[in-house]
Amino acid sequence: MIGRQRDENPAGIDLPLEPLPGHTSRGRLERVLRRGEFAVTTELNPPDSADPEDVYNRAKIFDGWVDAINAVDASGANCHMSSVGICALLTRMGYAPIMQIACRDKNRIAIQGDVLGGAAMGVANMLCLTGDGVQAGDQPGAKPVFDLDCMSLLETCRIMRDNGKFLSGRKLTTPPQLFLGAAINPFAPPIDFRPHRLGKKIASGAQFVQSQYCFDVPMFRTYMQKVRDLGYTEKCFILVGVGPLASAKTAKWIRSNVPGIHIPDSVIKRLEGAQDQKKEGKQLCIDIINEVKEVSGVSGVHVMAYRQEEYVAEIVDESGVLKGRQPWKREIRRDDQLVADRLDSILHDDITETQVDMVKTAH
Amino acid sequence: MSETIPAKEGPAVTQATLVKKAAPKSDYKPADVSPQRRVQRSFAVRLWSVRHSRLLEWFYAKFADMFLLLHPLWKGIGYGRVEGPIKFVEKRVKGFMFDCRMCGQCILSSTGMSCPMNCPKQLRNGPCGGVRANGNCEVEPDMPCVWVKAWEGSQNMVHSDRILTVQKPVDQSLRETSAWLRVTAQAATAREAAAAAKNGAANTGASA
Repeated sequence: MIGRQRDENPAGIDLPLEPLPGHTSRGRLERVLRRGEFAVTTELNPPDSADPEDVYNRAKIFDGWVDAINAVDASGANCHMSSVGICALLTRMGYAPIMQIACRDKNRIAIQGDVLGGAAMGVANMLCLTGDGVQAGDQPGAKPVFDLDCMSLLETCRIMRDNGKFLSGRKLTTPPQLFLGAAINPFAPPIDFRPHRLGKKIASGAQFVQSQYCFDVPMFRTYMQKVRDLGYTEKCFILVGVGPLASAKTAKWIRSNVPGIHIPDSVIKRLEGAQDQKKEGKQLCIDIINEVKEVSGVSGVHVMAYRQEEYVAEIVDESGVLKGRQPWKREIRRDDQLVADRLDSILHDDITETQVDMVKTAH
Repeated sequence: MSETIPAKEGPAVTQATLVKKAAPKSDYKPADVSPQRRVQRSFAVRLWSVRHSRLLEWFYAKFADMFLLLHPLWKGIGYGRVEGPIKFVEKRVKGFMFDCRMCGQCILSSTGMSCPMNCPKQLRNGPCGGVRANGNCEVEPDMPCVWVKAWEGSQNMVHSDRILTVQKPVDQSLRETSAWLRVTAQAATAREAAAAAKNGAANTGASA
């Protein structure tokens, strides 16, 4: 198919979309969510290289299956290509990245600069995180910064967008247009406080949230009940974090080594009982998606398939959450085709034209 | 978030493992815990303060009133001059009671009498997503999460909803200054401004 897709700027895929009333950003993700469609987001495994092709190849896996791609900011405190860099590459190719900003590595001066830089490159979505402690990563000797926390970071971004000012009060000539996100973890103590914490995040400016891995659906339902009672589902889009577990062994390892990810015994038992654990892990993920998508107040899923990125498309397809809709996909456009047709001769034919010949063909 | 899943195949080693393996092997490993490592290993007094948050809330309110009553005295001597001795006392008292870090902008009454600066990430708005299932800290596995305690403490307090207000980022330039004096000075200024406004209103009313 050659032609214009739904959420695409006709003047160029890398350009921001037309502003719509009620929208704070000019990005694709906000449009999808505000239309009431079930959104799918995923995470790009950041390369440990300086080759842009690595980013493009990793993004290509999700083509046509996701609405936005998270560009992680040294997740788990492990050093990788920066989220700003990944976003710069992705926006050039028309993808809709969600730029993650962690408070671990940068102080408020650097963060506000990155917000402006990211927005200038066409990043419409920013996810404000606290970030893991440096002890979790590959450079435990690093200095933990944590100048802001996720809440004050959200507020800083909101002030920049809505008031057109830095945190210091100095004016911006052009404020960034952003769709602000945050992370939630309904599965860690203090459980009673978690819904209120979401409320605080909304008050600070969160418009969408992505949750930690959800493996315990009943626990998530209880959380959502409380969130609905407090009226937060009308103020914020909630995307549930899901992902395939590679094996029962991995699940056990995660449970004992990664704080904040809650995996109930039933999940491990189910994986252990399976013939093909990897396949069962994928099926489990699909089953969880099918359960949580029915929970009222859930606006989408965030599929995190670290080192199993190839499964994202299958998981999205088999769970049927897109209901036949196809998210934006990078494809050949009419002008690309035109250029290819015209220049094909240069690439393949070896002809030397004189100016006289050119004039003849031109007339 | 999803970073920490181990490699599927055995031989694929993560960089973290390499770093760990390369580290010198000896019995003495001071750097094995976290960069936010602290000297003290007992949290008994801090936890007592959280358990008695309601009492301390009441006491703190009275204490602030008393400090405000002494405002003429502070002003007489000069706030700059009393800063030193008051800070000396404040640092030791709050250090003993709450493991105070002297951020200079105390919000204990909004955090259930659990000092948020003891959080390795210095979060001032609630717990991170890494709290362990037993309620301990992700970074320091032996320490009860400051924010789990803050939530417990705040639920005992009269103003239990104060924990829901969004706190501004820490002003690092106020570190190592007395929060008691600053709050008192601010309250006194506010009181004087209110009185002046009242007088002004009365005067304009009289002249009209």
